[in-house]
Amino acid sequence: MRRKGLWFLFVGLMALLLLAACQQQAGGQEGAVKEIVKTVVVTVEVPAEGAGEAGPAVPQGYGATLKAVQERGYLICGVNAKVPGFGFLNEQGEYQGFDIDFCRAVAAAIFGDPTKVEFRPLSAKERFTALQTGEIDVLIRNTTWTLTRDTEVGANFVHTTFYDGQGFIVRKDSGIETLEDLEGAAICVQTGTTTETNLRDVLDAHGIEAEVVVYDDVEAGWAAYEEGRCDAYTTDKSGLVARRTLLKNPEEHVILDVTVSKEPLGPVVRHGDDQWFDIVQWTVFATFYAEEAGVTSQNVDQVKAETKNPRVRSMLGLEGDLGKKLGLSNDWAYNIIKHVGNYEEIYNRNLGPDTPTYIPRGLNKLYTEGGLLYSPPFK
Amino acid sequence: MEHWDWRSFWRDERFLRVFGQILFLLVVFLVGRFLFLNMYSALEQRGLLPDFSFLNTAAGFHIGEVPSFIEYSGDSPNKMAFLVGLWNTLRVSFIGILLATLVGVIVGTARVLPNPLTRLLATGYVEFLRNVPLLVLLVFWYRGVFIVLPKLKETPLVMGKTMLPDGQWQAWFILSNRGMAMAWAVPTEAWPLYKTWLWAALAVAVAVYLAVRYYGRKTGRMYLAFPWALLAFVLVAVVGWFVVQSAAGQAPLALTVPRLKKRLIKGGIKLTPEFLALLSGLVLYTGAYIAEVVRAGLQSVTKGQIEAARALGLTTYQMLRLVVFPQALRVIVPPLTSQYLNLTKNSTLAVAIGYPDLFNVAGTIFNQTGRSIEVILIIMGVYLSFSLLTSLFMNWYNRRIQFVER
Repeated sequence: MRRKGLWFLFVGLMALLLLAACQQQAGGQEGAVKEIVKTVVVTVEVPAEGAGEAGPAVPQGYGATLKAVQERGYLICGVNAKVPGFGFLNEQGEYQGFDIDFCRAVAAAIFGDPTKVEFRPLSAKERFTALQTGEIDVLIRNTTWTLTRDTEVGANFVHTTFYDGQGFIVRKDSGIETLEDLEGAAICVQTGTTTETNLRDVLDAHGIEAEVVVYDDVEAGWAAYEEGRCDAYTTDKSGLVARRTLLKNPEEHVILDVTVSKEPLGPVVRHGDDQWFDIVQWTVFATFYAEEAGVTSQNVDQVKAETKNPRVRSMLGLEGDLGKKLGLSNDWAYNIIKHVGNYEEIYNRNLGPDTPTYIPRGLNKLYTEGGLLYSPPFK
Repeated sequence: MEHWDWRSFWRDERFLRVFGQILFLLVVFLVGRFLFLNMYSALEQRGLLPDFSFLNTAAGFHIGEVPSFIEYSGDSPNKMAFLVGLWNTLRVSFIGILLATLVGVIVGTARVLPNPLTRLLATGYVEFLRNVPLLVLLVFWYRGVFIVLPKLKETPLVMGKTMLPDGQWQAWFILSNRGMAMAWAVPTEAWPLYKTWLWAALAVAVAVYLAVRYYGRKTGRMYLAFPWALLAFVLVAVVGWFVVQSAAGQAPLALTVPRLKKRLIKGGIKLTPEFLALLSGLVLYTGAYIAEVVRAGLQSVTKGQIEAARALGLTTYQMLRLVVFPQALRVIVPPLTSQYLNLTKNSTLAVAIGYPDLFNVAGTIFNQTGRSIEVILIIMGVYLSFSLLTSLFMNWYNRRIQFVER
C-alpha cells in the first residue's frame, strides 16, 4: 500500500512537469525562439512583430550586416590565400592580390580606412558555409557565379569583377595540344569547384576518356601534377597563370589554347540583406566608373577640386547624398579611389604586365574598349 | 492502512533514485530541445531546412575510381556518387583491416619473442610509426613514394613484358607513378554457372565440417575440422572448374593482362597511387597500434601457463597456437575493435591525397549542391553505422572467445 502511494506521487509529479513543459512550449514559443536566435545568430536581426503587414515590407535582415560591421569596427572578408595575383599570403606575411584589394575597397567605403579588414583564408569547400553562418561578411575568393549558388546555396553574387574561363596546363613535352589529345590522360582537379563539373561536361561532349583525380587541397593537386601523376591540371585560366609562376620550371609548362567554360568571378554576400548587397555592388561599380572617368588614386584630390562632371561630382560626394542612400558617409567612393584605386590600378597592381602573374585584360576591359566592364550611372 | 509519512518522502531512497533519473532525463530533453529549436529556426531563416531531393539530381562530375559493378557516369544521380564513395571507403577499410591485423600480430609477437634482433626491430617499428601523425605518413607515402616512382612512359618497373605487334606492350605486372597494374582474372560467360557450383562446394564444406565435429565428439578423438572442410571445398571447386569448362566451352575466369594504350593502362587490375598510399599509410600506422594490443594480450598470459606448456613438451608454435593465443585473445579483442574502428574512420584522411572515398566524394557533392547539413548527416550516419556494425561483430566474437564459466 505504501509503495503504491509513492508511485502515485511520482506519476503525478511527472504529469505536472510535462504540463509545465507544454505550457512553456505553447505560450513561450515565440519569445523563446526569438531569444535563441538573438543569442546565437548575431548578424541576423529578427523583424519586429507585424512589420510585414504595416508599411513597406522590410526584407529580413535589411541593414543588419552593415550595423554589425560598424559595431565590430572592421570588416571580415573571406579570401583565398593560395592563388598569387588574386589572393595570396606574401613573404612579408601580408595578404596581397586582386580579390584582396576589393576587400580593402569595401573596408575603405565603410570606414574610410582600407586596413580595417580581417582576412579569413578559406578553402573552396569551406567558403559557402562560412558565408551562410555569418562567419564572414563578404566572400571575395575567385568564386564563380552560377544559378545554384545564387539560389540554393543562399549566396548573392554582386557584379563580376573578373571574367575568367577554365583551361588546361600541360607539360610542353607531353605532345598534348588540343582537347582531343587529352584522350587517356590523367587530369588533376581540385574538389569543391565548378571546375569538376565543367571538366566532366567537356570530356563527355568530346567523348574523351580520361582519368580524373580529385584533390581537396590545391597544393596536393599541383604537387601531383608536378610529379607527373597527372598529364594535365585544370582550373580557371587565372589560376593556371598564377600557379605556373610557382612551378619549379614554369617554362616547361604550357597553357592550352582552349577555354571550356564561362567563369565570372566576383564578390558574394548572404541572402537577405539588400543594403549590404548594394554597398558591395556599388563599391565594385565605383572602381569601374573611376577608371572610365579617369579618376585615379593619384589625381583624385585634384579631380575633386576641379571637376565639373556631375556624375563624378555625385560619385565623389560633392553633390547629392549617394553615400547616405547606401548607409555610408558621402565620401565613400572618394575613400575607395584614394586608398585602393580604380579598377585599372587594382588590376595592374596584381595582374598587370609588370607582375609575375600577368594576365592580358581580355574581357576585363571597359566597355568603351571592347570589354565587359560597365558601370550604371552614379545618380 | 499502513502509515506513510508524506513529509519525508524526499528522504526516501526509493523516491530519490527514481526522481534523480527523471530529473536527468528532463535536463537532457530540455537541452536537446533548445539545441534543436535553435538550429531549426536558424536554418529556417536562411532557407536551408534539410531537403534530400538533391540525391536524385545528376551529380555532374567524374570520379577517379569507379568499381566495375556500379554504373556511374557524370549523368548519374548524386546517390550513385555516394555509393561509389561508400564502396571505395569499404574497400580500403576492409583490406586495410585484414593487412593491419596481419602486421600487428606479426610485430606484436616479435616484440615478446626472446630473439633480441626481432624484438629490437619490432620495437623500433612500433615506436617510430606510433609517433608520426597519420596525415604526415599518408602524404609521405603519396608524395614521397608512389607518385615519384618511375614514370609510366619512361622506365616503369615491369615483370614479364612482351611487345605487341602494334608497337604497344603488355606486362604481367607494372609499377609506375600511375599506380600498380597486374594480370587479373575476369569472369566470363561461364561464371554464373560456376558461381552456383561454388555455393554447392561451400555447402559440402559446411557439411564436412559438421560431420567431422560430430564424429570427433562421438568418438572423443578430435580432428581438426576446418582443414578438412577447406580441403573438401577446394576439391569440389577444382572438379567443378573442369566440369564447367567442358560444359560451357570456356573457363569461368579468363586472364587479362595489362597493356599500355596511349596514356592509359588497359586490362588487368589497376590500383591507383592514391589507393596504394592510403592503404600503406593506414596499414602501417594501425598495425603499430595493433602490435601493442597484441603484445599486451600475450603478456597477460601468466608465466605459469607457458611453463606448463613447456613442461608438457609443446613446441613454441604449439604453445602459441594452443595455449597463449586463445587466452590472449580475451584481452586483445576489445581494444582491437577500437583499432578497427579507428582505421575505418581515419580513412577519411584520403581526401588529402585525392583518393575518392566517401568523405571526398561527399565534399564534392556538398560543394555542387550547397546542401551542407544533409551531406554531413549522411556522412555521419554512414560512419556511425560502419562503426556500430563493426562493434556488433567484434562484440559477438568477443563473447564467443570469453571463458565459459560453469
